[in-house]
Amino acid sequence: MSILVEKAGILTTIQDGGRFGYRSLGINVSGPMDPFAMQVANILVGNKPDDAVIETHFPAAEIEFEADTHFAIAGAEMTAILDDVPLRNWSSYRADRGQRLRFERPSFGSRSYIAIAGGFQTTDWLGSRATNLAAKCGSFGRPLANGDRLEKHNICENSSSLTVSPWMLPRYNQFPTVRVLSGPEFHLLNEDAVNHLTNENYTISNGSDRMGFRLEGEPLNCTGFGEMPSAAVTFGTIQLLPDGKLIILMADHQTSGGYPRIATIAAVDLPLVGQLGAGDGVSFAMIDRETAESLLIERYNDLEQLRRGVALFGKK
Amino acid sequence: MIEPVRIVPLSESAITVEFGDTITLENNQKAIALANELNNEPFDGMIEAVPAYKSTTIYYDIFSVRQANSEISGGPAVEKIVRDRLRNLLLRDEVKAQTKVIEFTADAGEFDLQYVADTKQISVNEVITIFTSAEYRVFMLGFLPGFAYLGTIDERLVLPRREKPRQRVPAGSVAIAGRQAGVYPLDSPGGWHIIGQTSTPMFTPVADNITALRAGMRVRFEAV
Repeated sequence: MSILVEKAGILTTIQDGGRFGYRSLGINVSGPMDPFAMQVANILVGNKPDDAVIETHFPAAEIEFEADTHFAIAGAEMTAILDDVPLRNWSSYRADRGQRLRFERPSFGSRSYIAIAGGFQTTDWLGSRATNLAAKCGSFGRPLANGDRLEKHNICENSSSLTVSPWMLPRYNQFPTVRVLSGPEFHLLNEDAVNHLTNENYTISNGSDRMGFRLEGEPLNCTGFGEMPSAAVTFGTIQLLPDGKLIILMADHQTSGGYPRIATIAAVDLPLVGQLGAGDGVSFAMIDRETAESLLIERYNDLEQLRRGVALFGKK
Repeated sequence: MIEPVRIVPLSESAITVEFGDTITLENNQKAIALANELNNEPFDGMIEAVPAYKSTTIYYDIFSVRQANSEISGGPAVEKIVRDRLRNLLLRDEVKAQTKVIEFTADAGEFDLQYVADTKQISVNEVITIFTSAEYRVFMLGFLPGFAYLGTIDERLVLPRREKPRQRVPAGSVAIAGRQAGVYPLDSPGGWHIIGQTSTPMFTPVADNITALRAGMRVRFEAV
């Protein structure tokens, strides 16, 4: 019972909800760049939202189902094709044994997710299958390679094909305005710098990866401090470098950092950032913590509603 | 009773408790003690507590925290819990175990031992003697799995980081920068001055002790 990776693509990894409880040892959480897309893909096939999925960039993975499989795709628009049939994004399907899934052409976003019923049964490390590229652990401990086989459970009882209503999707955009909270060192910014931060259109630079996005833009006129004693950071932390430039820490960020943490992207908007690539843009709008909390709770509730819908319609 | 200097949100799902503006033994002890206390007895919805030089960051799941504390929003609820815990927190020696000794080979060849000696205008032997005669504290782990920030380096060895970081520092490199020392657990880019190599593994993915060092431990180096 397995899935064969015919072509691995450039950076295809197994991810899940992440590896928690080990940040004090310097072991980061890992996990998907677009947590929403991963969760939707899982829910569509009846999994737990944080089960193991494939995250793939373009050129993307090409896989062969070696057994009948109920699967779902979500995230970037990359024109998924099952044998010769184009698939709708944000949808679940049944693949018969021997069918092949590939992605033909990216039209929006940078990362697609493939979930299968029961989740990928790859190697668990410290309670998670997320690939930790720094530690070389979790699943294959590396990006997938041609010829890898991914074990799966022998379940395909449910083969319904469902698509998520568009109203549920975050407002994905190539130049999103994302909501941010002030970070622990926000107080280092004067009024001009805060205005600048929320008015500038930043561009994601080349060399941005799963660890972090470097932003091109007018530097913040806010110098005179350099590094500070290392302290904890998180997915979405925006760091201020000594030259006034910014970095957004992404899913594979290190556990700690020595640059001022001026702001943090609201978790509800991380999926918007997680779909960006070099050349895309981003701007920031400040919100307070309570608003960010409420938005995140709404997101949980939306996903719970989706789960109920899938449970209901999936039985037909 | 411990009073934090301030408690600030890191995100809507994490707060950072700051114990001071400078790195002191006491601030670091507080940070580690709070993290240990919380990790030993996590509150409902807590994910993990992580100590740093002079702060502790507490990550939590906002949905679970709200379920357990319906009367107020999540962030303030967590802050209240943490303040209560701090009130009863006692500073102890976090790790009772004896000092960990790391043997290493001083290496004046390929790397920076000679450079450190020349820049500080002392001999290579003096660099090693100064480095090995101090006992270091593990202030925190970060940067890489198992990378321990050790302090405090004798003033006679203090140097800024390399201007150009190396693309690849080999695993096991013993290095110094500023008032800090560390051992690279994995091959990685790095900007510290390498003064030797150890074969003691700092990070073992499958083991009871995944990392050789933990925050609060004490370390000495022995040149062999």
